[in-house]
Amino acid sequence: MPVPNYEPWDETRAAEVIAEAAKQDGACMPILHAVQRTFGYVPEEALPMIAQTLNLSRADVYGVFSFYHDFRHERAGRHVMKLCRAEACQAMGADALHKHARDKLQIGWGETTADGKVTLEPVYCLGLCACAPSGMIDGKVYGGLDNAKLGKLIDRARAA
Amino acid sequence: MSQAKLYIPRDAGALGLGSSDVEMAMIAALKKRNIDADFVHTGSRGLYWLEPMIEVATPQGRIAYGPVTVDDVEELVAAGMLDGKPHRLRLGKPEELPFLKHQSRLTFARCGIVDRNSLDDYRAHSGWVGLEKALSLGPAATVDLVTKSGLRGRGGAGFPTGIKWKTVLDTPGAQKYIVCNADEGDSGTYADRMIMEGDPFTLIEGMTIAGVSVGATKGFIYIRSEYPHSIYVMQRAIDRARKAGVLGADAFGSGKAFDLDIREGAGAYVCGEETSMLDSIEGKRGQVRAKPPLPAHKGLFGKPTVINNVISLASVPWILANGAEAYMNFGMGRSRGTMPIQLAGNVRYRGLFETGFGLTLGEIVDDIGGGTASGRPVRAVQVGGPLGAYFPRNLFDTPFDIEAFTAKGGLIGHGGVVVFDDTVDMAKMARFAMEFCSIESCGKCTPCRIGSVRGVETIDKIIKGERREANAALLADLCDTMKFGSLCALGGFVPYPVMSALTHFPEDFGLVRKAA
Ligand SMILES: Cc1cc2nc3c(=O)[nH]c(=O)nc-3n(C[C@H](O)[C@H](O)[C@H](O)COP(=O)(O)O)c2cc1C
Ligand code: SF4
Ligand code: FES
Repeated sequence: MPVPNYEPWDETRAAEVIAEAAKQDGACMPILHAVQRTFGYVPEEALPMIAQTLNLSRADVYGVFSFYHDFRHERAGRHVMKLCRAEACQAMGADALHKHARDKLQIGWGETTADGKVTLEPVYCLGLCACAPSGMIDGKVYGGLDNAKLGKLIDRARAA
Repeated sequence: MSQAKLYIPRDAGALGLGSSDVEMAMIAALKKRNIDADFVHTGSRGLYWLEPMIEVATPQGRIAYGPVTVDDVEELVAAGMLDGKPHRLRLGKPEELPFLKHQSRLTFARCGIVDRNSLDDYRAHSGWVGLEKALSLGPAATVDLVTKSGLRGRGGAGFPTGIKWKTVLDTPGAQKYIVCNADEGDSGTYADRMIMEGDPFTLIEGMTIAGVSVGATKGFIYIRSEYPHSIYVMQRAIDRARKAGVLGADAFGSGKAFDLDIREGAGAYVCGEETSMLDSIEGKRGQVRAKPPLPAHKGLFGKPTVINNVISLASVPWILANGAEAYMNFGMGRSRGTMPIQLAGNVRYRGLFETGFGLTLGEIVDDIGGGTASGRPVRAVQVGGPLGAYFPRNLFDTPFDIEAFTAKGGLIGHGGVVVFDDTVDMAKMARFAMEFCSIESCGKCTPCRIGSVRGVETIDKIIKGERREANAALLADLCDTMKFGSLCALGGFVPYPVMSALTHFPEDFGLVRKAA
């Protein structure tokens, strides 16, 4: 499984990314996305830089950052595995599947495996409700999951 | 020999079931035989239990095979799939499959059929006819036609689209906006995703019609981050439309400017609520605004704004091209036109079924959906997403119509139908609804923010057997408070799934069913 390629934190690089995204109207969200896409998370150091660019207070930017489930303050595991917990997936046995995944990974929701390889997160619907249960690993979607299929994906994620 | 032509569905649903791997295997199998083939990338036709469904062009028309796995590819090619020859996975002509044959595909007419990347193919399949019509009619007549068609918002609230457009048209302003709501957060729904990934130019056409009609020069498509594939396909389509002059300073040669930008959500369900979405696009926390002012008067950046769901906007080109009356002829009562019903969860024929309003819920679940995928009896159906009510079998005679569902304490919402078999624990589903509300609440009103947390605690007590009757009464009170004390439908409608579960399935809460 390919490993997402994030850059190490670098202030000059961050300034570049922020300046580029700041060209859009209502730039705060696009900037936060761009920073997270570059570094894999939104480092603490980026907040005052974003605030200054947008002429906002650091608290304002933090307010936006913290409102949205997607933005993270710390690096995640090497792979981010999101499993859908919403109704259509539940109707197809997602709860039991998730228990299997948590047992296999030996972590709970929002946690990262001890080897730093996998972060497990809940997601509420991926629009794959006709291919339930579903999940997404590093942005790639998977439908029709069962213990065997998900188990194999977990093994592949841990191998890389 | 003429070059072989294969159609590969590449929407997130088909990809999630392996269509990309199948395509690679197919390329390798053909290369081995020195066969030159053209691979056309389409969206999905929406028959997900048959995906990946691969089609080949034959002199008799397109022939479908599915569900194809990587392991089937060699055998399929050897069997003569490229000539449409028999094989156990051969489905015949897709349009003859009962699931498709019985639909009225207006909005989804091209989805899964056209090359989603090709402007030429779009035009060859009646693309831009609606926009041409709108430009010849002029703004007022276009808006009037949309009103006359009876089209109501497909995002959930069912507000007449033409009336919304008229308000923006009549509101003076140098800068106006069109915002497309592609947040599609409801579990059980994927119609917006299918259009964006299967026929993106339809949405661009619909938004352009809206723009030139109400006098907006700029549009935003707010797509949820859970849909990376939609973002990718839409962005490419926008780039191509811009290059072709459909978008830009002189959009489609209209003499008017119209351009589009995509904004990506960040995992907040509440940002599907229109005013919260506007704040999010402006770069703020996605908190719900009090109304008035209406977005049509003071919307994005304080300017007059049309905000519509993907399907509302994507239905407009067909309506313009075929006339208001043609659209009105579908549907029942005050629900006119067609609705893409999205069958999801534990249902045998899982997929998108576009049809006029008016089928009963039983026809949808049992006849079209074919009952459960597990083969067990259907016990409950949630219609309209996480804020929609759970329907038991004895309400299956309810027609799929906005007013009829409201009368039964439910809602159609965005058209998602999630089927559960008899292993479902409805107390758990009620708890989930409350928990979801507490996770996703924007925090603005106390009944929603605090009430949902109290709701989870109360349901937990009922499940544990603590003073069940008293706690059930408390839960009903709490739901009442949330219903009337919440600013938006997140806190206001979560009582629907909770109370319908409690009312129709009391035994799952350890309560005695009351005599009817
Ligand atoms: C909590 C909440 C979530 C919503 N989510 C969506 C959504 O994901 N997509 C959508 O089109 N409308 C959603 N809506 C409805 C919108 O507020 C609004 O009615 C709709 O975008 C208007 O477009 P329409 O008239 O074309 O349906 C939501 C409403 C609420 C209260
Ligand atoms: S009901 Fe909930 S989500 Fe809606 S405005 Fe109030 S707190 Fe926000
Ligand atoms: S409910 Fe899981 S993908 Fe929609």
